[in-house]
Amino acid sequence: MASSSKKTNSVGRRGFLRGAAAGAAALAAKPPEAANAQPPQQNVIANATATTPTQAALNVDVGNGRPIPGINGIALSPGSDYMVDVLKQFDFEYVVANPGTSFAGLHESLINYNNNTNPEFLTACHEESAVSMAHGYAKIEGKPMLVLLHADVGIQHASMAIFNAYADRVPIYMIAGNWGHAVQAHNAQDMALMIRDMIKWDDEPRSLAGFADAAQKAYTIAMMPPMGPTLLVVDEDLQEMTNKEVNLRVPKFKPIQPPSGDLGSVREAAKLLVNAENPVIITGRSARTANGMTLLVELAELLQAPVSGGDRMNFPLTHPLSGLGIPGAQADVTLALEVNNAPLSRNGGRTINISSTILSVKNNYQDVGDRYAAADIDMAADAEATLPALIEECRKLVTSDRKRAFEERGKKLAEAHRQAKLKDIELAAIGWDASPVSLNRLYGELWPFIKNEDWSMVSWDGFMGGWPRRLWACDKHYHYIGAQGAGGMGYGAGAAVGAALANKKHGRISINVQTDGDLNYAPAVLWTAAHHKAPLLTIMHNNRAYHQEVMRLQRQATSMNRGADRIHIGTKLWNPEIDYASIAKGYGMYAEGPISDPKDLAAAYKRGIERVKNGEPALIDVVTQPR
Amino acid sequence: MNMPRISHFAVALILGAVIARAQTPAGEASRGKDLYDKKYLCSACHGFSGQNGVGARLVPMKLTQAGFMAYVRHPHDTPTGMPPYTAKVMPDQELADIYAYIKSLPDSVKKAKDIPVLNDILNNQK
Repeated sequence: MASSSKKTNSVGRRGFLRGAAAGAAALAAKPPEAANAQPPQQNVIANATATTPTQAALNVDVGNGRPIPGINGIALSPGSDYMVDVLKQFDFEYVVANPGTSFAGLHESLINYNNNTNPEFLTACHEESAVSMAHGYAKIEGKPMLVLLHADVGIQHASMAIFNAYADRVPIYMIAGNWGHAVQAHNAQDMALMIRDMIKWDDEPRSLAGFADAAQKAYTIAMMPPMGPTLLVVDEDLQEMTNKEVNLRVPKFKPIQPPSGDLGSVREAAKLLVNAENPVIITGRSARTANGMTLLVELAELLQAPVSGGDRMNFPLTHPLSGLGIPGAQADVTLALEVNNAPLSRNGGRTINISSTILSVKNNYQDVGDRYAAADIDMAADAEATLPALIEECRKLVTSDRKRAFEERGKKLAEAHRQAKLKDIELAAIGWDASPVSLNRLYGELWPFIKNEDWSMVSWDGFMGGWPRRLWACDKHYHYIGAQGAGGMGYGAGAAVGAALANKKHGRISINVQTDGDLNYAPAVLWTAAHHKAPLLTIMHNNRAYHQEVMRLQRQATSMNRGADRIHIGTKLWNPEIDYASIAKGYGMYAEGPISDPKDLAAAYKRGIERVKNGEPALIDVVTQPR
Repeated sequence: MNMPRISHFAVALILGAVIARAQTPAGEASRGKDLYDKKYLCSACHGFSGQNGVGARLVPMKLTQAGFMAYVRHPHDTPTGMPPYTAKVMPDQELADIYAYIKSLPDSVKKAKDIPVLNDILNNQK
């Protein structure tokens, strides 16, 4: 009986919507006055039962998740306009978001009050994509993109990308809405709690004046080495209600300079380096800006010391001093610049460590400072900011005798560099004609199409033999932007789109060699690329597998003596094979493929590059050798 | 007197090869292709070509079948990343088929100077 009664009386969401539609249709036939007198929602609600959606839920359905603000539904000078005035000081080029009710006030102010310029709004289809885009953008521009997150749900979607950015020391400026009226589960007493361990700082200001202070602090902390994500949580009402705070002004923002090493330590370091017989320089994330590369070239040339390391461009890879040094020579002094867990030199060598990492340490994550190895000279400072003083102090100590010794060393280093390059090029010939396409050929064939362009490699070359850095002339800071940071997959496609949008105004062609597993986390970022006309050539490294795990599982299974004939289970992306060109076309992007025959590559690249040069993204699906 | 480790390995490999020689079955390349590409995913480390990837280059194959089989059974005797495949998880016949398939793969190794794209990069280094 109970179920019968429920069935009879139940309206249900679909039934309710049908009723609402019928009511609206009936009202549409009435004169305007009659329609105004009896809104369709009220009509339906009057006839509803206990199972009818609540008024709050109905409001969400029609896009009204909160009470009407201001007087007669018009908010004069809403708080979000003031927030935009404050944010304008940071010169954001873009704001990226997957739209959400909790920041509707800011969204509206950005596109109307601020006329959608500086920052321009970018539509992301997933918060992980939004933060990854900001990650890639910052690696090119050296400054953050503004990211809006929809309350706790948006933060959770974004969390993996935030962790990547945190581990990669990349500034991300995030604002999340809170205390909305639409869905109770989207409100939180401590919104930042769930990501506090992987951001540098957060705040939830209670007033507009407080927002201005917090906004400046968030920017300063995000940009201060070691750079990282910061989060502001902003009350929905504070955004949307009329600004009634008196004497409110936009405080002047002045960036703070990163700290350089103390002069005493710098002098001591210079003495060690100049007197060393085989000094080596190891880099991590030392070049925050293009100038960081210029400074390191100056130091390396002054000392004639080899430079290696770094997962992004810190030093021109075409430079004769780029490399591991003279074969067989043991380093007697190692200069580590922003290297995680700076290595202690073996065989009695001395170590100089300049790193900002120690300035911001969290306990939980193992790569960030807490396994820090003590060095002979340790400077808790930003490497790029310290290099001018170090260069100057070294220069003072270089005698004519030392200079002659440096020049002799430099000749040997240049020859070692040349031999290493020749070896790499020879290795690239192996498997050149293989089908599916080898990764050395995938990269090698592309070089003629970009070598005379201003290009930027906006994807990681891990899982790909590092071929672009071995074959291409990488000598600018934007020629290679490195890896995810925390190794979290799903970063690649988003970061590439963000970096391509950063490169766009410079007229650069961006290249993304995209692993298939990574793209499948959030492929809709291809639509974002098409919609916002990112000049990005994506070439699929389509090995039809989560290949790292294929190899790992293979090892595990054989070491258990249980065989490797089932390792495709859970690791291979086959049956059916994924058609990436069709996916890209579906998102509105020019695409070709799949290509398995390497002879077809050049023509496809030519067509793809032409599209990109015309200001649109293109994707070429290349079926590849596993590695 | 301690003999160098490499000598132990060399002796083991030769003995293994001698013992295995008498027992090596004839392989069938067409069966080997399926085993290499799909069942055991040898291609994961050695490439579909036998030339690309993080594993050792298999083409051109320089080992005899007996030597190859001995190596696959006991790779831990050398400092490579190759995991061991016992007869329990990869029967001799299948291993022989894989060997036959690898031997059938084209050895298309070129020099960089013979590939225009690489030759161009090469010239920029000189």
